[in-house]
Amino acid sequence: MSFLTDRKRANATGSAKSGTMHHWHMMISSVGLVVLLPLFIFSFGSALGGTYEEVVAYYTRPVPAAIAALTLIVGFMHFCGGVQTFIEDYTQGFTRKALIIAMTCLSYGAAGFGVLAILRLAL
Amino acid sequence: MADVNRGNRPLSPHLTIYRPQLTSMTSIFVRLTGNALLVAALMIVWWFVAAASGPDAFATADGFLRSWFGDLVFFLSAWAVWYHMFGGIRHLIWDSGYMLDVEKSETAGLIMIIASVLMTIFTVIVL
Repeated sequence: MSFLTDRKRANATGSAKSGTMHHWHMMISSVGLVVLLPLFIFSFGSALGGTYEEVVAYYTRPVPAAIAALTLIVGFMHFCGGVQTFIEDYTQGFTRKALIIAMTCLSYGAAGFGVLAILRLAL
Repeated sequence: MADVNRGNRPLSPHLTIYRPQLTSMTSIFVRLTGNALLVAALMIVWWFVAAASGPDAFATADGFLRSWFGDLVFFLSAWAVWYHMFGGIRHLIWDSGYMLDVEKSETAGLIMIIASVLMTIFTVIVL
């Protein structure tokens, strides 16, 4: 048994069978966001406040556009996982299912709209 | 007996009977800030969609984001995002098996609070 790692031993043993994987994906996205968010805060923050022309010109540049798009993708996926745990802790039954579905749709929807808009500005 | 009390199980955590401690409060605020950041995130998405749509749509969204209400949301979100990030780093440290005893956890909690306030001040000064 000592050949198994701790994570492998915990994997698929919870009631949902997927909690370990959920946690692992939250860890991956959190590490990504530690890098992305400071970059996004200061690039978006410097763009906000400019005129329409300045903002459009700023986001035609690939680096600010890539930072913004990646932050929205990783950020909303991280939110999707986090809010699911939040909902599961405080609600049950139909409310729980409805809220998880709604927030998952919102997360993917917002990320999709945001990324499409950034691509349109960048290309 | 796994089947006893099915469907009537306690929900976590029992905030009303739980004595507030630095570790529990900093943890609760990590959850709160993370979920509250949705508001700023949706405002940012709206701003990008508006910018891609044209000058008129952009003027509406930009006006809202730069109003006193938008400023307030972004100021609070700046603190929330730094705080949540330091909270997340604390979780990554815990998950690696370090700083798990109470004393070190409380030190980490204190560092989170101080660092998030300092980074918020830094962000406001820079931007």
